[in-house]
Amino acid sequence: MDLNYSEHEENFRSEVRGFLAAELDPALAENVRLGKQLSKQDHEGWHAKLNARGWLAPNWPEEHGGAAWDAVRRHIFEEECALAHAPRVVPFGLSMLGPVLQKFGSPEQQAFWLPRILSGEDWWCQGYSEPGAGSDLASLRTTAERDGDRYIVNGQKTWTTLGQHANMIFCLVRTDRSAKQQEGISFLLIDMNSPGVEVRPIVLLDGSAEVNEVWFRDVGVPVENLVGEENKGWTCAKFLLTHERTNIAGVGFSKAGLEAVKRIARHSRSGGRPLSENPHFAARVAQAEIDLMAMATTSLRIVSRAAAGQAPGVESSMLKVQGTIIRQEINDLARRAAGVYAMPFGSEALDGSNSGLPDPVDAGPVAAQYFNNRKLSIFGGSNEIQRQIIAKSLEGPGQ
Amino acid sequence: MNFDLSQERVMLQDSLRRFLRDRHSPQMQNAAQYPPGYDAGLWSGLAELGVFAALFSEKDGGFGGLGADIAVVFEELGRAGVTAPVTETCILGGGLLSRLGDSNQKELITGIMEGSCQIALAHAEPDGRYDLSFVSARAVPQSDGIVLNGQKSVVVNAQAADFLIISAREDGAADASEGISLFLVPSGADGIVMRDFALVGGGRAAEISIENLLVSEAARLGPAGAAFPVLEEVTAAAITATCAATLGAMISAADLTRDYLATRKQFGRPIGSFQALAHRMADMMIALEQARSAVILAAGHLEASRDVRELHASAAKNLIGRTGRLIAEESIQMHGGIGMTAEYGLGHLARQIVMADHRFGDTDHHLERFIALTAA
Ligand SMILES: Cc1cc2nc3c(=O)[nH]c(=O)nc-3n(C[C@H](O)[C@H](O)[C@H](O)COP(=O)(O)OP(=O)(O)OC[C@H]3O[C@@H](n4cnc5c(N)ncnc54)[C@H](O)[C@@H]3O)c2cc1C
Repeated sequence: MDLNYSEHEENFRSEVRGFLAAELDPALAENVRLGKQLSKQDHEGWHAKLNARGWLAPNWPEEHGGAAWDAVRRHIFEEECALAHAPRVVPFGLSMLGPVLQKFGSPEQQAFWLPRILSGEDWWCQGYSEPGAGSDLASLRTTAERDGDRYIVNGQKTWTTLGQHANMIFCLVRTDRSAKQQEGISFLLIDMNSPGVEVRPIVLLDGSAEVNEVWFRDVGVPVENLVGEENKGWTCAKFLLTHERTNIAGVGFSKAGLEAVKRIARHSRSGGRPLSENPHFAARVAQAEIDLMAMATTSLRIVSRAAAGQAPGVESSMLKVQGTIIRQEINDLARRAAGVYAMPFGSEALDGSNSGLPDPVDAGPVAAQYFNNRKLSIFGGSNEIQRQIIAKSLEGPGQ
Repeated sequence: MNFDLSQERVMLQDSLRRFLRDRHSPQMQNAAQYPPGYDAGLWSGLAELGVFAALFSEKDGGFGGLGADIAVVFEELGRAGVTAPVTETCILGGGLLSRLGDSNQKELITGIMEGSCQIALAHAEPDGRYDLSFVSARAVPQSDGIVLNGQKSVVVNAQAADFLIISAREDGAADASEGISLFLVPSGADGIVMRDFALVGGGRAAEISIENLLVSEAARLGPAGAAFPVLEEVTAAAITATCAATLGAMISAADLTRDYLATRKQFGRPIGSFQALAHRMADMMIALEQARSAVILAAGHLEASRDVRELHASAAKNLIGRTGRLIAEESIQMHGGIGMTAEYGLGHLARQIVMADHRFGDTDHHLERFIALTAA
């Protein structure tokens, strides 16, 4: 055992810091720090910079243009990016569809779609959930019927994150209505500019407009856009979910979030002293920090056990549950720390920012973030469903 | 002991509940994010119904004014998700006028009860956090009156208020309880600069700069430098009101969740049939009973001696802070995605519940205060 970073790893860290110092626009970083909703251009610009450096796809193998980093490097990279307030990498193409195509896609599909993910030519969104099919995803009802060399898609997806920016959506669709639930599902790539696709925004309780409903009415999709075998899409679906979960754990976000809590607590005064010196508040922060330290190591241990390019199995559920508990706790602490300055609401411009609002404690829209991040324990498979998966893996005699 | 409401209060509760059911729902509350921060029609309706008069004693021309009246009225307002400035105008404003006002100043109470007068208390300051005795705004007498200067933070209902009650220090250190005076000032007076904004929990507030505001001696509310004990008393009433309103919102959130667990199906079953959720719903109902009791204790001790009153106010605010967070978070979680939307009423209730923790001292503040009060 060696808990120290090697010299190579430390050099890598310096390299990442150097890159961030040179390439990350301070104005953009400030918007990230203040929890503003970023524009499509903000995301695209940042992706382009990472891509130019070859760092946009840390988890992809080199043959597909990835960095093929091991778990430690990925960890260092995420941590440095989060602490520098770099925009998060939009996961749908890079962390979700990419791995699916690499595992299940045909050579033609890989050659066509993967470079376009890296170049930003396509913005992907995730068409899994439906109004009636959330946790019970396999009960989905959107249908795709074969008609010559096309599928005709009908149905509705919902909660589609950043679907308003996307030109492509990967969907789970039912291709065999007679088969048992999981067996008639296929994984289909759909051009959102096709006739019959309609996107409608859903406003969330914090005023943000990040999710959408997507409707399909007789949408024609070329059969080449089927990934894997027809009616075997559930395998792709589950594979993708383990990648998604591992991502949501978000150790880097938690570290940056904890820094923010400490900053706000230094600026808030309580009884004539900074709140950071209040023993009660300090204890809450320390508790979260202790949990996070262990979580960071849990995450490293688990992720480094998984083979390159793969996501861990049932452990991804553990990471998701523990990681989201900590992230939500940190959001709660930030809200508390801001005191009355958590109350002002900035959504009159619907940009989720606090610009123009009083903020002497330099908190940003902490209440909005607290409410928005309630989603962490709901999406990517709710925490209840993760516990169910963990419990299931424990059935039978112990080892 | 008897925990039943008096007949008058049961009637008040019934008529208020019916009135709010007919003309108000949490779903409508997004409108409250915009000026003036509340529904003016609803406000006059509440006045006509006698709801405001129920918050004043007979000597002020009302027919209530006790802790139990506050608990009944605010629980109903909270259930319906109302974000009107009743606490600011009636409990804080009216409470201070009633306790400290001279006969001229008290005339405003009639307007309050009739729904034609709005008040905001400009007291908390940027460096004071939740410390009630922290006042660094200054009041300095000079030949033609008194000059006020200072900063007031997140003054709820400031923009809509006809009058502000401004706290300023005539003597002592910034956090001393002696030396604080209150001044009743028309909100449009020269020297008051407001920056107004919406609140996450509904309604509106403003940052206020007071710049060389000249007031007459007659503007002072009560004796010079001695306002703190009364501020504490009306704050205890405001805490009781906030706790009762939060309890009401918690009841509605729990009701919505219960209904949703019974109707939403996944895996071919109502989700409420999964034990992982059923037990948490049970925990929510247990928490709700605790919250009810805490409100009863705070309301029932509002007329008691200072230490007893403050102890129960702090206990209630702490307990409501904890159980409120539990119920808001669990209700959203057990709804899944639909609980996250602005359109569905739960989101508004959850914001009200959680953001109530940021008013009049949060869970931690009142825990520390409870420790201090019980150690004394
Ligand atoms: C902000 C946000 C963004 C999202 N982005 C996307 C996206 O981009 N693409 C996409 O496809 N989806 C997305 N989702 C959808 C998300 O994956 C679903 O919300 C999630 O799967 C839960 O489904 P549901 O909302 O229908 O809740 P339901 O499945 O109805 O669940 C309601 C409650 O019941 C619980 N429950 C259900 N079954 C069980 C059980 N067997 N045992 C115990 N408890 C159970 C759940 O845990 C939850 O607490 C997003 C959701 C949110 C909130």
